[in-house]
Amino acid sequence: MKEQSTSVASLERQLKKHSKAAKLEVWGRVVSFSALVLIVAVVVAIIGFVASKGIATFTTNHVSLWDFLTGKNWNPGIKDAHGKPEVGALSMIVGSFLITILSALIATPFAIGTAVFMNEISPNRGAKILRPVTELLVGIPSVVYGFIGLSVVVPFTRSVFGGSGFGILSGTFVLFVMVLPTVTSMSADALRAVPRFYREASLALGATQWQTIYKVVLRAATPGLMTAVVFGMARAFGEALAVQMVIGNAALMPHSLVDPAATLTSVLTTGIGNTVMGSLQNNALWSLALVLLLMSLVFNLIVRLIGRKGRLQ
Amino acid sequence: MTKKRWFQGIGLILLVALGVFAYQTRQVSHAGQSITAVGSTALQPLVEAAGEQYTGEHLGTFINVQGGGTGTGLSQIQEGAVQIGNSDLFASEQKGITSKQLVDHRVAVVGITPIVNRKNGVQNLTTQQLTAVFTGQVTNWKQVGGADRPIVIINRAQGSGTRATFEKFGMNGHRSRTAQEQDSSGMVRQIVATTPGAISYVAFSYVDKTVDALHLNGVAPTEANVIDNHWKIWSYEHLYTNGQPTGLTKDFIAYVESPAIQKTLVRQLGYLSPDQMHIERDVTGKVTQIGGAR
Repeated sequence: MKEQSTSVASLERQLKKHSKAAKLEVWGRVVSFSALVLIVAVVVAIIGFVASKGIATFTTNHVSLWDFLTGKNWNPGIKDAHGKPEVGALSMIVGSFLITILSALIATPFAIGTAVFMNEISPNRGAKILRPVTELLVGIPSVVYGFIGLSVVVPFTRSVFGGSGFGILSGTFVLFVMVLPTVTSMSADALRAVPRFYREASLALGATQWQTIYKVVLRAATPGLMTAVVFGMARAFGEALAVQMVIGNAALMPHSLVDPAATLTSVLTTGIGNTVMGSLQNNALWSLALVLLLMSLVFNLIVRLIGRKGRLQ
Repeated sequence: MTKKRWFQGIGLILLVALGVFAYQTRQVSHAGQSITAVGSTALQPLVEAAGEQYTGEHLGTFINVQGGGTGTGLSQIQEGAVQIGNSDLFASEQKGITSKQLVDHRVAVVGITPIVNRKNGVQNLTTQQLTAVFTGQVTNWKQVGGADRPIVIINRAQGSGTRATFEKFGMNGHRSRTAQEQDSSGMVRQIVATTPGAISYVAFSYVDKTVDALHLNGVAPTEANVIDNHWKIWSYEHLYTNGQPTGLTKDFIAYVESPAIQKTLVRQLGYLSPDQMHIERDVTGKVTQIGGAR
């Protein structure tokens, strides 16, 4: 009897005591959770900071949100006829969207074509040559793209399309090359995710390879391809340096693609060093940053939405 | 387990040692051995070169020089975040600077000249013509006696010291129309050199063979003309301190203002020394004759 009770007690102790593995488990959880907390805190801090600074234009400087979003004159240092500061951001918002949409429009067919070639038509050569090349393109710093844009693309645009060469068209050309690798590699991933038996079934039904690609693979991969394009657009929208070097940075409503224009990012990078913290000029730039941040949130939401729709099908 | 404890122990000791080291170095840097100067990119080369020379001669000191622009320099010095704020402008000219504490130290004079693409066919403009060009009343070079090609204006960013000086003294205070903006003088020169019909403005030190510097009202943009104010477009370069400088800041500013730097480095880097000027100009633009070159 006595022996039994001691063995029960020791067994109980053994069971109740945390094993080494259990301790490791807790430790691992603490580490990963604190990493998560840190990242979330950083994100919240950034959003909070940009928002508080960006809203100051409207609360402290009493600029109306409507004037900000629809005004066409951007001279934060100067007051207009009504004594209100000229902080109309419409021309920059339009510039940003134009350049983003145009470069995505041009890049998408090339990217999907490359991805199809890499995955469906010639997987061997695709894996050997094209994949490393696209990955190389991703690694080139944006200032290099900007410099090439300034010394090659701008003179090219000037001689072919006229104007000074600086403008949305040059920006589009540069961004096209910059978003191409992103869209290509994500499109390739999307095509690879299409199950093999889709293709087999299609070919077994007597479809040609092109019919299989066009009617089956691309259709099945549509949500993934759309995600790729939206990601490319998000990159184009946020790109600052390369665009700033070729777009001309004139805060004017774009009347043609070869006139100098400005994007939200290009005005931010040129202007931030010349303003004083807390002044209207500075707050107005923060408001632009807030618009950029909100837009990237919107792009993320769109990606989420597409992902969810894709899963339901 | 014991091995692990060992590692933990060593890790703890390292951490403490690192903390002590950081604390020690913090003490040193606060003892006045290191100062930071932030601001104007036009003045940055001079302060950097002078800082290097100074730290070479005075071991144990460190002058940290950063760009960021005139606005950054003035706002940082107003907040007291740095020891020296570099500025192309008088502090009272910059919007948002309200502090009465800022003390001005003028260490150099910079002449600014309009530059044009070499194929524009224009060598001389009057102030009136220059203003008309930048305000958009004139849009083709043939209207001011040049080749038949459209004028392409390249501005510096709003709030840039070079632009403010150019508009104040080159265009009689008129404001340029909205046009291309670039955020550095080097970039401006490259664009003007390669873009037909382009016009912009840079400091004298940026002028080279790739662009033409314009004469204004028949006056050539030379240092000799700046010295006696025949060439009106120039500005002082300022080192601002928050209150009277002390310690290393005071020594360094005195060093930059000393003949050793003013007679050598300042002139080598394409600036003029305030000592050379025959006149003095205050913040309102009022000019007074002074003794002459010392």
